Amino acid sequence: MDEQEKPLSLVLFSGTDDKLNAAAVLTVGAAVMGRPVNIFLQYYALRAFRAGKVCADHALAWEATDALTHVIHAHPGQHWSELLKQAKEVGEVNIQACALSMDMFHLKQADLDPLVDGIEGVAAFMTSVADGQVLFI
Amino acid sequence: MSTLQIDKTIDARGMACPGPLMNLIGAIRQGQVGQIFEVLSSDEGSKTDIPAWVAKAKHELVEVVEDGGYAHFIVRKAR
Repeated sequence: MDEQEKPLSLVLFSGTDDKLNAAAVLTVGAAVMGRPVNIFLQYYALRAFRAGKVCADHALAWEATDALTHVIHAHPGQHWSELLKQAKEVGEVNIQACALSMDMFHLKQADLDPLVDGIEGVAAFMTSVADGQVLFI
Repeated sequence: MSTLQIDKTIDARGMACPGPLMNLIGAIRQGQVGQIFEVLSSDEGSKTDIPAWVAKAKHELVEVVEDGGYAHFIVRKAR
């Protein structure tokens, strides 16, 4: 990729598998098209990135009725953690844990999955955002 | 279809979006400039995503052939 693309920045708040999967798909898309991606993990999304918990069942958003839950689980798409791993392989993807949420849930970097690159405060995240877009999921 | 020499075929039929694209990217990265890759995909997203990525990454989309329920995407690694 020759020209420098604007970063895409995602604030992940929800920790359900469907929202994490939607965020991971956006991340892959931006990464393959040459856009750096910054991900900031807060609240329940951060909890889904705890070491050993990534592949646990994180349930679905409230919109998923029982009928849709079956449809979603039957789909052969890849797990969000796998998509994020691929995005990191092909592009520039930086995943940071929100320092406030880390503190709230008494977590240390060692408690997190290796997909998480570090811990930062919101001002540092805004520096990475620069003049790109921010999505809150 | 034309009679191109295909260097590598990736059968991604049945894979969900963005799986076929990711497999193509992986194969092209490991390939040599000038090699021709064929992706078989039944994913609707591939129809927009493979051309978009190939253009962005400055490779060459040689042709796309529909084949009843899936498509062949022929891509030349250009750099």
